[in-house]
Amino acid sequence: MIEVRWHGRGGQGAVTSVELLAVSAIAAGKYAQGFPSFGPERRGAPVAAFTRIDDKKINVRSGIYEPDVVLVLDSSLIGLVPVTDGLKPDGKLIVNTPKTPEEIRRELNFQGTVATVDGTGIARKEMGVPIANTTMIGALLKVIGVMELDAMKDAIDRRFGRIAQKNLNAMKRAYDEIKILN
Amino acid sequence: MGKRIGMEVAVAVAEAVGLCNIDMAAVYPITPQSHIAEHLSDLVADGHIDCEFVTVESEHSAMSAVIGASGAGARSYTATSSQGLMLMHELLPIASAMRLPIVMGIANRAVSGPLNILNDHSDIMPQRDAGWIALFVENAQEAVDLSIAAFKIAEHKDVMLPVSVNIDGFQLTHMVEPFEMPTQEEVNEFLPPFVPHATLHPSKPVTMGAFAMSDYFTEIMKAKDEAVKASKKVIQQVFDEWGEKFGRPYKLVETYKADDADVMMLTMGSMGETAQMAIDELRAKGVKAGLVKLRLWRPFPFEELKAVIGNAKKLIVTDRACSFGGPGGPVFSEIKSALYAEARRPLIYNYIIGLGGRDVQVKEFVGMFENVLADTANKAADTYEFWGVRE
Amino acid sequence: MTLKTWRELPIGCVVSEPGSASEYHTGSWRSQRPIWNDTKCIKCGICYVFCPEGCVQQTEEGFFKANMDYCKGCGICAHECWPRAIKMVEEG
Repeated sequence: MIEVRWHGRGGQGAVTSVELLAVSAIAAGKYAQGFPSFGPERRGAPVAAFTRIDDKKINVRSGIYEPDVVLVLDSSLIGLVPVTDGLKPDGKLIVNTPKTPEEIRRELNFQGTVATVDGTGIARKEMGVPIANTTMIGALLKVIGVMELDAMKDAIDRRFGRIAQKNLNAMKRAYDEIKILN
Repeated sequence: MGKRIGMEVAVAVAEAVGLCNIDMAAVYPITPQSHIAEHLSDLVADGHIDCEFVTVESEHSAMSAVIGASGAGARSYTATSSQGLMLMHELLPIASAMRLPIVMGIANRAVSGPLNILNDHSDIMPQRDAGWIALFVENAQEAVDLSIAAFKIAEHKDVMLPVSVNIDGFQLTHMVEPFEMPTQEEVNEFLPPFVPHATLHPSKPVTMGAFAMSDYFTEIMKAKDEAVKASKKVIQQVFDEWGEKFGRPYKLVETYKADDADVMMLTMGSMGETAQMAIDELRAKGVKAGLVKLRLWRPFPFEELKAVIGNAKKLIVTDRACSFGGPGGPVFSEIKSALYAEARRPLIYNYIIGLGGRDVQVKEFVGMFENVLADTANKAADTYEFWGVRE
Repeated sequence: MTLKTWRELPIGCVVSEPGSASEYHTGSWRSQRPIWNDTKCIKCGICYVFCPEGCVQQTEEGFFKANMDYCKGCGICAHECWPRAIKMVEEG
């Protein structure tokens, strides 16, 4: 089982990404859970969301405290929120930032895998908006590899209609451009 | 054959109710039920279902509206949570007294104060004596299945009682997870049209909710008690029919590795599956641990509970609410009274857990078992404790 | 009257006979009765409108009288009658 914790700000679409990813993983025949950090949601406030993916039925319903992967949707949260809290020492940290993985590793002193991609830059170019939630799904799938990028297509089509392709393009670019430091 | 999909549970419940050919819904939004209200109103507004969606100004009005609609012969649905359920409270015994087969989804949430919004069972427990059938579910599949089956139970000619389907708020309502959604054809085959026992119609006027004095009140209460008790048989029948049609059989009391268990735990709602993982861990260590999951809270399944407790020496009852100044959690006192007359009964321990959304992890369930097993002098038996409370 | 047992009650205690309240003669509550003076009555019908029991009826000549099976003797008709054609008198 892979457990992922997402960090974002209210309104950046972390919960939407978590839902799209879980729906797609389930459609691909896997078992998955997607859930927000329970409680009130406030635009701009730091929020977390969670994903579990497995090949067999998932019974656990408690929170995720020691994730395998942490994905940071908004790099301004680094320093504000302890993003590596509980992250397994050999876990994976994915950050939406123009910085290199080496810089992030130094900043956070995290010795596991660090991967970075300028998701916001890609989103701005591909979709004209600085919202990188779907873009970063591409980055995540490159790093965790549990399923093909194509598995996201149906859910993205249904959710975004005529702007779905732009989302898929951005996702693909993040998948291709992410820099991974093991 | 239904399709396996992933969907947020609250939305899935609205979709499932949408398959039930409901005539009327009055749902006042409240966290964490809101997505049921929103999605059901979407289904009506977008023309997917032919249903009157009555927008009301409060939960009191929502329950009043479904009582009126059900009395008129409409298949009626509502859903609420926490303070909303408390506001409905005074109407709940009226719905059951008038024998109206309303179905209500409850996204269980702690009642104020302090204002909390997260999951526990302190909203449903005060409704215990309202004369409603109360079902509990533990995952998306059960939430979907029982939201549909609830109509068949409620409307059965030998039942004619309102049913609440208790779905843990957030832990379930806000979870995206896989389940199989029955098709419209399957639901049509399973759920016969609603035939009311009487209707408010000008062609044959009747009076519902009339006045009764002391000469009749006792008989009416007795009749209601008998009706609620008698519904138990039908509930199992409907579960069996569901199992036959959909391949997912349900029981009034579910168990996990309970057959030869020495020490057992009892849960209600979504924590059952997490507790199951604790049972696996304990079994791996050689502890004969088992789990009982109470699906039916009212009518209380006395015989079924006794049958699964078997020869267990210790029973841990988990409660998601407290009866302040009382005998511990409400489920605890219920289980104790259910087993009181038994010649051989287990020592019963009570942990009040998961209040106001407090997470309970697998290791904590294991810890509860370890505490109880370590109590060799049985000192803690028959007492209750707030699990994890900071002293 | 034999009272029904709990088994004999209809589901939900529905009262299935419409207008069954008419079997209950509220006239037994009355300690005063209204008497109409038809020479003062102008046939305005205000007594008919205001009677809370709905027991005031109009005669063929257009005057009014109360159905004593149901008249509770409340006196509202006499209070409202502005030509003072209705007088409340003690029963018995």
